[in-house]
Amino acid sequence: MNKTIWIMLIIIGLLAPFVVYPVFMMKLLCFALFACAFNLLLGYTGLLSFGHAAFFGSASYITGHLVKNSGLTPELGILGGTLFAALLGYLVGSLAIRRQGIYFAMVTLALAQIVYFVALKAPFTGGEDGLQGIPRGKLFGLIDLGHVYTVGGNPLGLNLYYFVFALFCLGFWIIFRTINSPFGQVLKAIRENEPRAVSLGYKVERFKLTAFVISAALAGMAGAMKSLVFQLASLTDVSWHTSGEVVLMTLLGGVGTVLGPLVGAFTVVTLQSELSSVGSWITVIIGGIFVICVLLFRHGFVGELARLLKRSL
Amino acid sequence: MDITLQTVMSQVMLGLNNGVFYAILSLGLAVIFGLLNIVNFAHGALYMLGAYVALLGFTSLGPLLGMPDFHLNYWAALIIAPLVVGALGVVIERTMLRRLYKFDHLYGLLLTFGLALIIQGVFTNFFNVSGDPYEAKPEILNGAVNLGFMMFPKYRLWVIAISLLVCFGTWYVIERTKLGSYLRAGTENPELVKAFGVNVPLMITLTYGYGVALAAFAGVLAAPIYSVSPVMGAEMIITVFAVVVIGGMGSIMGSIVTGLLLGIVEGLTKVVYAPASSTVIFLIMVVVLLVKPAGLFGRES
Amino acid sequence: MKNLFSIAALSVAGLALTGGMAGAANTGISDGVVKIGVLTDMSGVYSTLGGKGTQVAVEMAVKDFGGKVLGKPIQVIGADHQNKADIASAKAREWIDNEKVDMITGLLNSGCALAVQKLASDKKRITMNTGAASTELTNKSCTPYGIHYVYDTYALGKVTAEAVVPSGGKSWFFLTADYAFGHSLEQNTTKFVTKLGGKVVGSVRHPLSTADFSSYLLQAQSSGAQIIGLANAGGDTINAIKQAREFGIDKKGQKLVGLLIFDTDIKSLGLKVAQGMQFTSGFYWDRDNATRDFAKRYFAIHKAMPTMDQAGAYSATMNYLKAIKAAGSDDSDAVMAKLKSMNISDFFAVNGKIRADGRMVHDMYLMEVKKPSESKGEWDLLKIVKTVPADQAFMPLSESTCSLVKK
Repeated sequence: MNKTIWIMLIIIGLLAPFVVYPVFMMKLLCFALFACAFNLLLGYTGLLSFGHAAFFGSASYITGHLVKNSGLTPELGILGGTLFAALLGYLVGSLAIRRQGIYFAMVTLALAQIVYFVALKAPFTGGEDGLQGIPRGKLFGLIDLGHVYTVGGNPLGLNLYYFVFALFCLGFWIIFRTINSPFGQVLKAIRENEPRAVSLGYKVERFKLTAFVISAALAGMAGAMKSLVFQLASLTDVSWHTSGEVVLMTLLGGVGTVLGPLVGAFTVVTLQSELSSVGSWITVIIGGIFVICVLLFRHGFVGELARLLKRSL
Repeated sequence: MDITLQTVMSQVMLGLNNGVFYAILSLGLAVIFGLLNIVNFAHGALYMLGAYVALLGFTSLGPLLGMPDFHLNYWAALIIAPLVVGALGVVIERTMLRRLYKFDHLYGLLLTFGLALIIQGVFTNFFNVSGDPYEAKPEILNGAVNLGFMMFPKYRLWVIAISLLVCFGTWYVIERTKLGSYLRAGTENPELVKAFGVNVPLMITLTYGYGVALAAFAGVLAAPIYSVSPVMGAEMIITVFAVVVIGGMGSIMGSIVTGLLLGIVEGLTKVVYAPASSTVIFLIMVVVLLVKPAGLFGRES
Repeated sequence: MKNLFSIAALSVAGLALTGGMAGAANTGISDGVVKIGVLTDMSGVYSTLGGKGTQVAVEMAVKDFGGKVLGKPIQVIGADHQNKADIASAKAREWIDNEKVDMITGLLNSGCALAVQKLASDKKRITMNTGAASTELTNKSCTPYGIHYVYDTYALGKVTAEAVVPSGGKSWFFLTADYAFGHSLEQNTTKFVTKLGGKVVGSVRHPLSTADFSSYLLQAQSSGAQIIGLANAGGDTINAIKQAREFGIDKKGQKLVGLLIFDTDIKSLGLKVAQGMQFTSGFYWDRDNATRDFAKRYFAIHKAMPTMDQAGAYSATMNYLKAIKAAGSDDSDAVMAKLKSMNISDFFAVNGKIRADGRMVHDMYLMEVKKPSESKGEWDLLKIVKTVPADQAFMPLSESTCSLVKK
């Protein structure tokens, strides 16, 4: 993909908070990173995890806890959440990669349910109420992330936005590098034909596990960011509905494309926000999109576009 | 709380009662998975649909047909709801699932996930989420029986009995009859079976229909015990998935026995530490996967 | 998408006009319109007792008020928080930042309520909570702009315990929903049961949305308690009661007491199953002519009788608008000062008063479910057994741990 597109995207990202409501924009970025991390697994390794909310949600709890109750600065909180998600990813991954395909999906789903239970019962999570009132704190102890600038009568939390945007870019860059590294090539080889990769002498399990841990860690980073943006970590973040949502985002945007999850996340989050007044019809609409997507365009928006343009996006 | 033999026995009975629902649902999943290789995420929604067919048949069908005094009774619902839902299953298989067989099996999971959301969303819109009562329990099943260690409602005994009958009947047909042998052969090698002149696509369609009809049957059985609500299936399906994984996916006997056992384990957990009752099954699943990755009754591939 | 574009357009326009109008004036209506947001469960387990019906009530109040206050229009917007605290707080934040919403009401579900009350108060916006139960809203987490309008776990526990214990229900066993609301309800009720000379012989905590209660009921049965207290809500309460009947628990002298029950739950259970049960409520549509009159008008629009949450939302909105009119401004501080000094008296609240901690105290009622033979219509479900005066129903200010209460 050429440089101009990247530069344009970054400029759009930098200007966005002046045009779109910043909190909404930050939510988009969090879910986009989450979907990109998920895509690393589904799109580039061929593993469908149906329990990715476990990493997203647990990291958001850990970050919230560290920042709120241990008084850590936000960057350390996010680091802590991300590391925790990576560790959890290692545990879940070690168990789950023993099975393949559908089994893998079921195992991740069930393990995520255990994480859900812990989130419900652990003393610091606030149970059904969630972990509320997480302070945004001072970045490196210096920059107040809660600061609100008034631009043209509208309150804009620009400090937080640019922090989140920077983290998003970092996460996205890591994923991009991973995909295009020799390591990423092996992952694709596993996706295409696992027995062949084995016969070529690759330790397939180790590759899968590494990919799983990276994906879990970045999903965790997205969750950690979300807890600072909304100042709240809740059971929604660890529930299987969230796991389903991230699958939808990736599928809709285009599995195995670099930009697909981004487009998918933007579409789903925007839909949810625009349709929040129609009540439970939103479930029907999302379900309908799922069905149409699976039946008619399995390559997603970006995937179909890439096929039209005959190049990879 | 003292744990006496009496309480244990009572909890085992109640656990068995829940276990038969797990068994019948995971059996349906196993039958479908065996032949179609699809994890039917819509199973919970179709279970809920079965309960609603019974409920609406009792309360709304008469007025709809212009016969306000007509109520579809329980026994009729027990036959008709699975037929209606089974027919819907046939339509789903013919129009949607069929298109996906040539792709990765994961698409089947995703499609049925979408269908589950649609069905559940529609019902949430029109019905009370906290549930509606189903008042058509037959007179003969009212009251309770003295089992010596507890008073057990007759209706629940009936549920246990009929469910076991249906489960083992299904097992018998698949494992011991000629029809079943076609099915099993179709699972192993569809091309070969086709060469013998068996209509494999029809077999697949009917298998899916039967699998979801089982779910609807369980839904009707559940209606008089629990409130009929749009989310009754969603709460159940994840647990049933775990049952299927523990039993070994696709194993008919495995799903039945595991369903019953886990119902009992769950029941006993409610006495020891109630809040964990909804999670204990997942813990067992982790242990089973560590020790025997293919599940208790599954074959290593 | 329209919304998104209009936000975009607005922001761009705002950018062009540098400076802007930071620090709005303290008199009159700040931005030319009074906006009331109804944020509640519109699709989930509580949607029948709150949901769209709450928005209908708020819209009725606005219409009855004349649609305008201090010459400026009043607008009502609604959204579904899906019982998720994160959605609730995101929506509230967006409403306050972008839509300039002045007051938020509804807020069923304690988790959502706590999140929104804190957020709104940080941004100096008023919340009038008609749905949530937790006493925390007016204790540890109280705020200068948060009002808890209809009921709370303290009042529910107290009124019910005071009715049940003296009439022979001395020993209790609790079935408690295992989350903050259930715990709080159990704790508050336990306090009064023991104070009145009763005792709690045990309790079991069940996960939220349990389908099968038989196991717990059996434990309750073998505990030998006279009363089985249901510290849960909605579908859980309904299932527990139904299954208790199935196992014939009531026939053996044990009595079920639901601690939080709404009219809609009784409808869902049916009178045959629910008859004779007693519980506490902040409102019943068939209490007197004024309530019947309101209920009739409400029914014409919503096709269901108002629950205490819905009627409360009407009353809250009405009094909020009255306070704006009296204060001559929609400035939150001025309006709160008025609200806390005026008497709240209408068809909903008898002897109502908003205290320093934000608790609106008013008469509460001990209800009893009618027998099928007593019921004369679809909604003729309950009768009022006892009226508990405002000052006896709620937690006294002296016990409140709210930092706003001067001691």
